[in-house]
Amino acid sequence: MNHNEPRAQPRTVPPANEERAVLSLEDVSRVHGSGPTMVTALHRVSLAVSAGELVAVMGPSGSGKSTLLHLAGGLDVATSGAVRVEGVDLAAQSKSDLARLRRRHVGYVFQDLNLVPSLTAVENVALPRELDGVRVRAARTEAMTALEEVGLSELADRFPDELSGGQQQRVAIARALIGPRRLMLADEPTGALDTESGEAVLRLLRSRCEAGAAGVLVTHEARHAAWADRVVFLRDGAMVDDTGRAAPAEALLGAGR
Amino acid sequence: MSIKHGLLALLERGPMYGYQLRTEFESSTGSTWPLNVGQVYTTLTRLERDGLVRPVGEPDADGRQVYALTDEGRVEVTTWFTTPVTVKQRPRDELAIKLAMAVTTPGVDVAQVVQTQRSATLRTLQELTRLKSHADEITDAAWLLVLESMIFVAEAEVRWLDHCETKVARLVERRAQLSGTTSSPATAEGDITTDTHGGARR
Repeated sequence: MNHNEPRAQPRTVPPANEERAVLSLEDVSRVHGSGPTMVTALHRVSLAVSAGELVAVMGPSGSGKSTLLHLAGGLDVATSGAVRVEGVDLAAQSKSDLARLRRRHVGYVFQDLNLVPSLTAVENVALPRELDGVRVRAARTEAMTALEEVGLSELADRFPDELSGGQQQRVAIARALIGPRRLMLADEPTGALDTESGEAVLRLLRSRCEAGAAGVLVTHEARHAAWADRVVFLRDGAMVDDTGRAAPAEALLGAGR
Repeated sequence: MSIKHGLLALLERGPMYGYQLRTEFESSTGSTWPLNVGQVYTTLTRLERDGLVRPVGEPDADGRQVYALTDEGRVEVTTWFTTPVTVKQRPRDELAIKLAMAVTTPGVDVAQVVQTQRSATLRTLQELTRLKSHADEITDAAWLLVLESMIFVAEAEVRWLDHCETKVARLVERRAQLSGTTSSPATAEGDITTDTHGGARR
């Protein structure tokens, strides 16, 4: 994992909570174009997500939510500032190193287009491990474990179109967190689902984070964002607010239950 | 209003002591609306005066009195369950009033008022969601219904705030356009700000 030390750069201050953040954005901006047509998609955003933490990003369309997610996953490059995944500065990586880092450490869950239709659930989950060079049999075993963790081991041999939307998303979550990967980036993962299946997906994201993953959830639905430990708000590319780490639930209702 | 009818609905299950009513009320609503015994007895006195409940027998050695529903009380419970709650019966919405005032008061940053409220409501929503995630589907069924009602109300508030934000932004734009045609300094100032931004990020 430390095969690529960041280039000689001034050491940055570690996150205040001392445990190393799985994902950290430091003063990150993303600007498209220049001169009069310049558009700032993200403006000086800082965010650290630790293992065990689920952070929701909310904001109106065009506020920079997706840009933030793309930068975090190394799918886009920051104009300034540093994006680190597992302590590795993404900007300091060669193209091939970046591709490997993305595959090894980052899992994505999108609204749709998540699974390869011609592969079964277990094959879909095993795919990133096989691309990592893990033997087919070993990858399959890992994939079965991952499917078990999302409660779908019985449906392992079904094809995506034989699964409900909610089940497909759970397979995608299993795939996002297979192997050593523990950063999960989710973009409106409940988009097309009814409230019940949507909630099951959120419960699962939450429990995978409680089991040690770090998650970033982009959503415009407050009810979904509420499953996160922390909610940050973007507006016009800038972070305008942050709910902070939640207070104990008992505080809300006064008399303890 | 809800305490009165809540107590009547509980007595529909059978006669109870005031203290029992309080315990039952709180366990059905998950202590969302804590009651003190005083409130329960005041309400019972009023219900007895209105002929909706009646004392049963004599108070016991500890002075505790059992109450039961009267026929009128039973009718009242049925009516309560079959009548929708109207908006008028709900308390005035302070938040709506606050935002209406914010929009019309010069110098107030409405977007900030909206955001402050949205963060607070989301924090509430997070706490409610955490309670919900720990509740048991079967043994906490009544409590879950109350929780979910609060969750949906909080969500509606956030959506309404989103809507307000969009509307206010459009309003600010319109106002700027209207004043922009007459005053050029505002435009010039805007250009300077843009330039500084661009330079800082180079």
